[in-house]
Amino acid sequence: MNWTFFHKLGSPKWFYEISGKWLPWLAILAALMMATGLTWGLLFTPPDYLQGNSYRIIFLHVPTAFLASAIYVSMAIAGAVTLIWRIKLADMALKCMAPIGTSFCFLALLTGAIWGKPTWGTWWVWDARLTSMLILLFLYFGVIALRGAIRSATTQARACAILTLVGVVNIPIIKFSVQWWNTLHQGSTLKLTEKPSMAPEMLWPLLISIAAFYLFFTVVLIIRLRTEILDRERRTKWVRNAVEAGARS
Amino acid sequence: MSTAHNKVLQAKDVRQLEGRKAMMALIRRDLRLAFRTPGQSLNPVAFYLMVASLFPLGIAPERETLSQLAGGIVWIGALLAVLLSLDSLFKGDNDDGSLDQLLLSPHPLPLLVLGKIIAHWLTTGVALIVMAPILALMLHLPEQAFPALMASLLLGTPLMSLAGGIGAALTVRVQRGGVLLTLLSLPLYIPVLIFGTGAVQSAVDGMGYSGHLLWLGAFLVMGLCLAPIAIAASLRIVVDG
Amino acid sequence: MLEVAQLRCERDDRVLFSELSMKLSSGELLQIEGANGSGKTTLLRILAGLSGDFHGNIFWKEKKLSSMYADFRLSTFYFGHKPAVKGELTPVENIRWRASLRNEAPSEHSILDALEQVNLAGFEDVACGHLSAGQHRRVALADLSISASPLWILDEPFTAIDVYGVAWLESVLAKHVASGGMVIITSHQSLSEISGSVRKVKLDDFAGGSLEEDYDDEMDSGAFL
Repeated sequence: MNWTFFHKLGSPKWFYEISGKWLPWLAILAALMMATGLTWGLLFTPPDYLQGNSYRIIFLHVPTAFLASAIYVSMAIAGAVTLIWRIKLADMALKCMAPIGTSFCFLALLTGAIWGKPTWGTWWVWDARLTSMLILLFLYFGVIALRGAIRSATTQARACAILTLVGVVNIPIIKFSVQWWNTLHQGSTLKLTEKPSMAPEMLWPLLISIAAFYLFFTVVLIIRLRTEILDRERRTKWVRNAVEAGARS
Repeated sequence: MSTAHNKVLQAKDVRQLEGRKAMMALIRRDLRLAFRTPGQSLNPVAFYLMVASLFPLGIAPERETLSQLAGGIVWIGALLAVLLSLDSLFKGDNDDGSLDQLLLSPHPLPLLVLGKIIAHWLTTGVALIVMAPILALMLHLPEQAFPALMASLLLGTPLMSLAGGIGAALTVRVQRGGVLLTLLSLPLYIPVLIFGTGAVQSAVDGMGYSGHLLWLGAFLVMGLCLAPIAIAASLRIVVDG
Repeated sequence: MLEVAQLRCERDDRVLFSELSMKLSSGELLQIEGANGSGKTTLLRILAGLSGDFHGNIFWKEKKLSSMYADFRLSTFYFGHKPAVKGELTPVENIRWRASLRNEAPSEHSILDALEQVNLAGFEDVACGHLSAGQHRRVALADLSISASPLWILDEPFTAIDVYGVAWLESVLAKHVASGGMVIITSHQSLSEISGSVRKVKLDDFAGGSLEEDYDDEMDSGAFL
């Protein structure tokens, strides 16, 4: 098999150039979809017959919760690539994703707590899904803290890669254990394998919001990654040229 | 002289790699180290006793309240004691250069690591298991829950040594890495805690607890297979830097 | 046996050495010299296989080291800055566990003999915690003298050793080299006794080199850790 494209993708310089071209379009698309999804969801969908208007936080809660888990899995994939092919860009991606994932995880917990108050009458319950989200937050903290504690960049990369891989093996076990332990949370809102139980006028804005948040994550990741590339590759000629060109214009 | 040395070299080439022997030697060494510094090796046990005795002081001395909480207290105490002992799992070897010798050994590193973990369990896990019934008595754990407590600790403590070893390996070169070690290890301990205390609680409520134990056993098998590999990889990475 | 080609090592945005090539055959002693901080210890850790953070190639018995690790580890004795001697154990016990890691099982007699050689006779049953730093290193050196490994990688073995010990260690090195062994050593000692088979590598000759890496090529090494 020809791996040229893979290695090309792993070249910081190539990525920096190509992402610079994509970034404005992705940003515009993310802003448009975010505006559409959230306006539609927050203002124009009918209220829920049980929860009234409070359910509308779902348009923030579900996308952030989705991303919180998805980002950790992406970090583990980046970690595997770092360990197997030693591609520097994968480690940079892992490093840049960690704080974004932490923020989404925190937002998911926060919006969950705000939603829980009118729905369950309390800010926090030790329910399975909340608890596993809290543990996911700890997993994120661990990755960030470990990177901070190690000096050499190469060691940082490989140690964090191992840690995220161990974490990703652990996540289903945690999910399963806390489910066994206690369940109060309503069942999943969306399931891939089943026909959604949600009314279509609520479902569509939710799907748009989720897509918008994914795009937003991509945009933020690219911005962070570009900064990280400039920092780590600061010794190379092309970065110096790029920075000088940027300073002149 | 020359021929004598060559003979030695040849003999060594022919001799089989005896990894199991090296692992046993490492276990014996670590047990000796523990027995010759009893003060240090008993620290986690003393800590265990103290943590467990803080709960009645902090919550309530009533028999009914305590007997409901006893399983959880004994388990949390054991978990914290294991965490406390993990810090020194590879630190000593790192400080005196033994870790380098371990990494340079021709024997499979996961096997040697497994030896270190077994020695760690024998010196802390076993002591915690022995202490557990005494603490359970002091906390008025209902009698029918004792077998569940012992069985769950018997499966859970080696699992905690294995899972915690990953964090200990990753933080072996970190100055004052104790808090970081806790942060890395806790997510791995949560399933163990859930099924461990779950088994005891089921027994207190008069229900069957074999399901919990089977899950713990399954996790232990998984830990035995994967943790030594992860620890070995972590050690190589961290010592490289 | 051991060959190094175009070795280049960076640490903390500084090139320690670059374009370092050398060869070590059986019956040779390679003395690595260099100022403090020139990367002697780093080089030895790379050669021993403790560090993989370098560019270039290392060959063992004409094959890439990465494919020969099992054989290489079986053939190598590494003596680092820290002697790897446990304070709670006696010298004999320490030598036993160290040897078992190398897949060796020396006889009681040979261990006692080696300890006598390093002037530790009478300390066989004393916990090493009661011995001095120099004596700790002697325990590790006694282990060296009975090891069957053909390649010795020794990082400053003469540190904290008295005159008698220095003479003894020099004779051990000479004997090892004469019988076809190999030694890589960092030391400021002149190693007078082993004349003839001593080669020197001055690390300062390979110091420096530009940090700037220009990799326009998509598949260049710059993309990898």
